[in-house]
Amino acid sequence: MPDHETLVGLAKSFGLFYLIAMAIAVLIYVFWPGNKKKFDRAKQAPLDDGEDRP
Amino acid sequence: MMAQLTRNERVLALIYLSILAMVGLALAVGGRYDLIGGHGWLMLAFGLVGIALMVRGWDAPAPSPERFSEYYDDPTKVGIILALVWGIVGMTVGAWVAFLLAFPDINPEVPWLSFGRIRPVHTSGVIFGFGGNALIATSFHVLQRTSRARLPDQLSPWFVLIGYNLFCLLGATGLLMGITQSKEYAEPEWYADILLVIVWVVYFLIYVRTLQRRKEPHIYVANWYYMAFILVVAMLHIVNNITVPVSLAGAKSYSIFSGVQDAMTQWWYGHNAVAFFLTAGFLGMMYYYLPKRANRPIFSYRLSIISFWGITFFYMWAGSHHLHYTALPHWVQTLGMVFSVVLLIPSWASAGNALMTLNGAWKKVRDDAVLRFMALAALFYGITTFEGSFMAIRPVNSLSHYTDWTVGHVHAGALGWVAMITFGSLYALVPWIWRKSRIYSEKLVEVHFWLALAGTLIYVFAMWNSGVVQGLMWRTYSETGTLTYSFLESLVAMYPYYIARAIGGSMFAIGALIALYNVVMTIRMPSAEAETESEGDIPQSKQALAQPAE
Repeated sequence: MPDHETLVGLAKSFGLFYLIAMAIAVLIYVFWPGNKKKFDRAKQAPLDDGEDRP
Repeated sequence: MMAQLTRNERVLALIYLSILAMVGLALAVGGRYDLIGGHGWLMLAFGLVGIALMVRGWDAPAPSPERFSEYYDDPTKVGIILALVWGIVGMTVGAWVAFLLAFPDINPEVPWLSFGRIRPVHTSGVIFGFGGNALIATSFHVLQRTSRARLPDQLSPWFVLIGYNLFCLLGATGLLMGITQSKEYAEPEWYADILLVIVWVVYFLIYVRTLQRRKEPHIYVANWYYMAFILVVAMLHIVNNITVPVSLAGAKSYSIFSGVQDAMTQWWYGHNAVAFFLTAGFLGMMYYYLPKRANRPIFSYRLSIISFWGITFFYMWAGSHHLHYTALPHWVQTLGMVFSVVLLIPSWASAGNALMTLNGAWKKVRDDAVLRFMALAALFYGITTFEGSFMAIRPVNSLSHYTDWTVGHVHAGALGWVAMITFGSLYALVPWIWRKSRIYSEKLVEVHFWLALAGTLIYVFAMWNSGVVQGLMWRTYSETGTLTYSFLESLVAMYPYYIARAIGGSMFAIGALIALYNVVMTIRMPSAEAETESEGDIPQSKQALAQPAE
C-alpha cells in the first residue's frame, strides 16, 4: 500500500495536470471543425419523427 | 409475453429461473437458522412462479420475423408501471416516517416497522425502485430510437428488469427483517449485491450490443449519460460491497475496509450514487425527452458534451465532502470541497442548456404541464447543484452538516429534479409507446404538477428553516462558554417544521398516485388508430375497439 506522503505527492504533481490535459482533449474534440456536421446532425436526432421503426 | 420469446430464449429463461430456484432452495435450507433463510424462500418462490408461468405459455407460437422491423418496447412498458408502483410505495413510506418524526407514538410497536427499518425502505424504494426502474425503462426506449436499432434480443431486457426488481424486493424486505450492511444507499447484503452485479453486467451488454448495430454514425449524447450511469454504478457497487460473508448460510458480512477507509469508500460510493444514478442517468432522460417534447433541438450540443465530461471527471472526487471535520485527512476533505465547487460549472451548463432550449417556447411551457414538469426539473437541478456546491464548503458544512438542511437539499434534488424529470418524461412517453393520441386526462397532469410543486416547496422550505435553526442552536454559546440550548430544546423547535414536511411529502405522494391512475387509464384508452377508425361510417364491434393483445 502506498503511504500517505506518496499519495499527497502524486496528488500535487500528476493530479494537478491530468485533469487539465483531459479537459483540453475534450475541448479539442468538441470544437474540431470536422465534428461540426456530426454534432449538427445529432442535435436533430430526437426530433426526426418518421415512423418510429428501426 | 411468452409469444415474444424464441424457442432458445424460452429454454434459457427456464434455465435462469431454475438456477434462481435452486440457489433459493440452498439458502432456505442452509440458512434456516438465519434471516437469509427467509430470502431463500423468497427467491425459491420467485423462481417457481416464473417456471410455472413459462410452462403455462410454453406452446405459444414463436415470434414472427416481422418483429425485427419494430422496436421492442414491452420491457419499457412494464418498467414504467413498476417505477410508478415503487414510487408510490417509497413515497408513502416516506410520508409515514415524516409523520413519525413529528408524532413518534403513532407506530405500532413491532420491530419490523420501527423507524430505523422503514426509513431506508423509503430511501431505497424511491431511489432504486422508482428511479432505477424509470431509468431502465426510459434507457431502453431512448437507446433504440437514437440508434435506430432494435434491442439485441427479447430475453436480456426481461432478465435485467425482473432481476433488478428482485434485487429491490430483497433489499426492501431485508430492511424490514433487519438485514442491513449499515451503509447508506448500499444496505442490501452480499447475496443481493451479487445478484445486482450479474443484472448490471447484462444491462451494460444490452447497451453495447445495441450500439454496435446502430444505424446512426454518432452516439447521441443521452446515451453517453445512460452509459456513464450504468458503467460507474457497476464500479461503485462492486468496490463498496467487497465484503466477506460470515457464512454462506448467513446474511451477515463484513467489509474488507475498516475505519476511515471504509467511511471514505462508502461516501465515494454514496456521492457518486447521487452523481451517476440520480444525475447522469436522469440527464440522459432530459437530453432526449425535453427536446422531443418541446420539439426543439437542444440549445447547444457541444455544451452538452463539455458538461458530460465535466460531470464525469469532477464528481468522482467530490465524495469526501460528506466527511468534513472527521478523521479523514484534511487535504482529502479539501480535495472533495474544491471538486464540489468546480462541479457547479458543468452542472449549470446542463441546467442552462435545458432552459435555453426552452427559451422562445415559454408559451408551450405555460400551456403544457408535461413540458412544465421538465422545465421545473431543470430549474431545480440548477438550484440544487448550486446549493450542493455551497454546502460542500467546509465552514458552511460546519453549520449544515447533521442538520435537516442536508435533508432539505437532498429532497430539492430528489423531488424537484429527479422525480419531476421522471414524471415529465413518463407523461410524454406513455402515449407514444402505447400508441395513444393523448394522455387520459390533461387536467390530472395539471393537478399532479401543482401538487408536486407545492409539496416540494413546503418540504424544502420547512427543512431549510429547520436545518438552519438546528445548526444555529447547536453552536450558540453563552457568555460563560457553555452551550445555550440543550439538544432537546432544538428538537422541540423542529416540531412545526416536521409537521409541515410531513404534509408536503404527503402531497407529493398523492401526486404519484394520480400519475399511476392517469397512466393506467391512458393504457386502457382505445389506440390512436382505433380512435380514427371509429369515426368511419361502419358498425364497429366492441372487440375491435379494445386494445390488441400484446
